[in-house]
Amino acid sequence: MKRLGLALVFFWISFPLHAGEAQPVAADPEVEQRLMALAEELRCLVCQNESLAASRADLAMDLKREIRQLIKAGKSDAEIREFLVGRYGDFVLYRPPLRESTLLLWAGPFALLAGGFAVVAIFVRRRRSAAAAALSAEEEARADALLGERK
Amino acid sequence: MRVALVVGFLLLVALLAAGLTRNPREVPSPLVGKPAPAFELPRLSDPAAKFSPAEMRGKVWLLNVWASWCVSCRDEHPVLLDFSKAKQAPLVGLNYKDPRDDALKWLARFGDPYALSVADADGRIGIDYGVYGVPETYVIDKAGLIRYKQIGPVTPDIMAQKIVPLIRELQK
Repeated sequence: MKRLGLALVFFWISFPLHAGEAQPVAADPEVEQRLMALAEELRCLVCQNESLAASRADLAMDLKREIRQLIKAGKSDAEIREFLVGRYGDFVLYRPPLRESTLLLWAGPFALLAGGFAVVAIFVRRRRSAAAAALSAEEEARADALLGERK
Repeated sequence: MRVALVVGFLLLVALLAAGLTRNPREVPSPLVGKPAPAFELPRLSDPAAKFSPAEMRGKVWLLNVWASWCVSCRDEHPVLLDFSKAKQAPLVGLNYKDPRDDALKWLARFGDPYALSVADADGRIGIDYGVYGVPETYVIDKAGLIRYKQIGPVTPDIMAQKIVPLIRELQK
């Protein structure tokens, strides 16, 4: 019984050690939250269809480490974005700023949409005017024959 | 009407076709035309000795980012060896995130085209230079401005048609 008690005590003591090993760095939740919010809006340069937040690529991990340091140094989100844009260009931003070179990117979808509406409008108008045209006497007779007694 | 549709369709095809010819991996560097970021890193051959880009003021030089784990660096390597033999400009290597032993073994095995290499063990300087795919090569002018950035391996064509003429131009 005494042995069992001692074993239990040791067992209990060993718990905090395990817990310490499982999570070596106590991450600051506030920093992590800001990091993740920022990283969602940034593109990973290695795997370009992935955000920095989602990527496990080596460079993405390095950049996240870098951003973490910048956050801890008290930089604002805008300053951090500037830091990355200065090195990697607008390309890192999932929301590139409106510029001459990105005009097509921003306006293109709306231009295509407007074009689509124009095409639909033209089609609808044509069809309406075609339907409105009266049948000739000959067509009327054929229609009657096909439909049987109409009146 | 039909003509307008066909023209519209062809325009769309032309736009998409033009898009297909572009390389989506090529990220235009905002660093071209800007001063090369300063650093002070230990030399690969002798970690006690440091190197800083400021030492190259007044010279046109090349900074090549490489690593022993980088497969396309091996493709590029003969081009760099030829370049260093021609002695057109000093070539400095930035050994990126590479264990020192691996890097030294790699140079011993394939040849060392570099006037010197510096070790960027944690990749911190790589971030300053906007490195996202090794190898990358920078042409830096006498005033310390980055004039050209090659992302990916330097091919013999790029070396002969872009980099060497640019170096000659800058050396005038």
